[in-house]
Amino acid sequence: MDRRTFIKAGAGAGLVAGTAGLAAPALSQGAAAKTLRFLPQANLANFDPIWGTQYVVRNAAALVWDTLYGVDETLTPQRQMVESEEVSSDGLTWTFKLRSGLKFHDGTPVLAKDCVASLIRWSARDPMGLMIKALQKELVAVDDRTFKWVLSAPYPKMLLALGKNNAPCSFIMPERIAKTDPFQQISEYIGSGPMKFVRGEWVPGAKAVFEKFADYVPRSEKASWLAGGKRMLVDRIEWVIMPDPATASAALQNGEVDWWENPIADLVPVLRRNRNIRVDIGDPLGNIGAFRLNHLHPPFNDVRARRAILAALDQEEFMRAIVGSDDSLWKPLPGFFTPGTPLYTEEGGDILKGPRNIELAKRLLAESGYKGEPVTMVVAQDQPVTKAQGDVAQQLLKRIGMNVDFVATDWGTTGQRRALKTPPAQGGWNIFFSWHAGADCTNPAGYTAIRANGDRAWFGWPDIPEVEKQVTAWFDAKNLEEEKAAIRALNKAAVENVVFVPPGFFLTYTAWRSNVTGITKGPLPFFWDVAKA
Amino acid sequence: MFVYVVRRILATIPVMAVVALFVFSLLYIAPGDPAAVIAGDQATPEDVEKIRRSLGLDRPFLIRFGEWVWQIARFDLGTSIFTGLPVTQLIAQRIEPTLSLMVVTLVIAVFIAVPMGVLAAWKAGTIIDRTIMGFAVFGFSVPVFVVGYILAYVFALELDWLPVQGYTPLSRGFWPWLENLILPSIALGMVYIALIARITRATMMEVLQQDYIRTARAKGLSQRTVLFLHALKNAAVPVITVIGIGVALLIGGAVVTESVFAIPGLGRLTVDAILRRDYPVIQGLVLLFSFIYVLVNLAVDLVYTLVDPRIRY
Repeated sequence: MDRRTFIKAGAGAGLVAGTAGLAAPALSQGAAAKTLRFLPQANLANFDPIWGTQYVVRNAAALVWDTLYGVDETLTPQRQMVESEEVSSDGLTWTFKLRSGLKFHDGTPVLAKDCVASLIRWSARDPMGLMIKALQKELVAVDDRTFKWVLSAPYPKMLLALGKNNAPCSFIMPERIAKTDPFQQISEYIGSGPMKFVRGEWVPGAKAVFEKFADYVPRSEKASWLAGGKRMLVDRIEWVIMPDPATASAALQNGEVDWWENPIADLVPVLRRNRNIRVDIGDPLGNIGAFRLNHLHPPFNDVRARRAILAALDQEEFMRAIVGSDDSLWKPLPGFFTPGTPLYTEEGGDILKGPRNIELAKRLLAESGYKGEPVTMVVAQDQPVTKAQGDVAQQLLKRIGMNVDFVATDWGTTGQRRALKTPPAQGGWNIFFSWHAGADCTNPAGYTAIRANGDRAWFGWPDIPEVEKQVTAWFDAKNLEEEKAAIRALNKAAVENVVFVPPGFFLTYTAWRSNVTGITKGPLPFFWDVAKA
Repeated sequence: MFVYVVRRILATIPVMAVVALFVFSLLYIAPGDPAAVIAGDQATPEDVEKIRRSLGLDRPFLIRFGEWVWQIARFDLGTSIFTGLPVTQLIAQRIEPTLSLMVVTLVIAVFIAVPMGVLAAWKAGTIIDRTIMGFAVFGFSVPVFVVGYILAYVFALELDWLPVQGYTPLSRGFWPWLENLILPSIALGMVYIALIARITRATMMEVLQQDYIRTARAKGLSQRTVLFLHALKNAAVPVITVIGIGVALLIGGAVVTESVFAIPGLGRLTVDAILRRDYPVIQGLVLLFSFIYVLVNLAVDLVYTLVDPRIRY
């Protein structure tokens, strides 16, 4: 009996003596062991993984909804709900057959028409889905377990599109739910994944509960990220939202939660000192910082001004501001793609290597015609990663002679302001900061920020035909070598033209109680095979 | 008295109307975009714009305000942009933890602060008085979150007497409910204790100089009777006023306390809603807080009549 239990017993005897009938329900030790209490990275404020594409929604959705394919730890799409697929010799017709016995949480079978409706909704929102939709001639159910997607041109990345882990994933929902407008939120959370969402216990901002789906039939293969057999070894998962990292740290140390998805680096030494806690890198694909420039307005509509930033930028300064003194948490990144993944390249990235050249930066800036006009830098202060980048960038720009108008604001305001194309003096912007999950930056499929197609590009609206040409080359590539060639050329063009400024690559930790086993490293928390003693 | 209460309740209607207009206008002109938050960081500007349209955020001010007023007139606070849940349901989920926190804080504060203030006045100028006033200065000076972290570290992490965080509904038992509230209530109550103790001391010192106190003492009444029956009752009106005003302090402090102790209350709901620009939730909460404050003021006015028979409505 620990001290709190002892005190509880003593105090309870005294205090509760007169309140019979108000006693707490007793949870058996077995039941407690079957409940995993998890601290997610953010609040689960909504639960429609197509309507809202925040990572936290995707992570929770992966428990409730299944996908036709899922990428494994080698980033290769593997069959998940699908039993087999067939592609015609001209590459235009894809025919998919579902596994037998798949059921939704309401007990109804998963049918081909559900997949068709779900793919229609997904393809209206997802960048790869939109590409497929543009080629689509027909998407129809052939029978209860088979559906067919007919295209006007081959789309070699079809299986990656259906199995990728970038939001929005192509989650399969019942037809009646999937028919919801993709820009409206669904109101039923019925999937066919390994866990059911307990809507009655959902307190947005505080708690979300998932219970094991007894009728889920896992694949026979070993689980690997979103692929393989998703075997649930706990009966119930409680997501507990804690906005304060110090409280989260104390709760983990006290055994009030079992797994904290992303402890901040400052608190990791404290957690490491506790023998009941394990700490490790959570996602080996990490994150890439984003120092985003507005290509529409001076000075950054001139490539020389953009290159000036690259010449002066010291990635170590940025990364240390984000992760602190822990060298294992960051790497220099002379490019745009995730280190350690098959397509990683440093082609064209020399300007980001070696000693920083402030004089070159000043010269490039002068050549661009910059004469000390205010540069509006919008910095969200409520996001530690953007705040750190903003603080360092402000000093950097001052060092090369720029006149910085530092706008300290919050993420909600940044989200609105970055969408404005008006000149900075009329409410627009020159610079804002963000970061991208490394899992999104392994290839151009889900990497919205690397696109440079002008008006349709991500905020900053770069218009660089060479970058787009190489993106297309990657989508058309028939094999890994062709993909690598395209990405090398893409990286070179993106650095030369400075689509955005990459301040570096950084990792984050995850931490869990030592009685929890089976936690794997990956781009999202995978709960299958996780057990609690 | 009944007519007075009804009149005061009716008087809240124009107050609430002004608050409603003020809140709605303020949010309308405030920067921020819920559509951008919903769409996620990777969304394209077109996606954000489509979501904005689907939420009706592109419509003119007067139309949106008119719709909202019409909803309120039907006691409907609207639906959260993010969760898709009715605002009343979100408030209902969160009101018990916040009320519990406020009630326990209030009880702890009054039971500690009033005797402290009385004692300080009685022993004015002594080491006891200086110690109590020193404690009051400390209570005013140290932020709620600092007190919260220290309490959690000592009583939860080191001594393992109480939980670090969370909330257990009263329906699951009195002690499980109370054990989650002790540390946050002490943290939140520090400022409140300091405030009430100082006001009690000041008013008690004034009352203790009065002739009737001297008379009571001359009659041979015990010190306790003089202090708590004769003096405190006459010093109560300003103290009750401060307790009432302090409810606003509690609402403000609850935002921080609920975050530090991960209590799923209205304070956290407010912060989350503001950061996400969940307009219907913010508007509903501000109206609710205003209404609570108006009611507390009314309750304070009514309590005056209990402690001072000269006050009549």
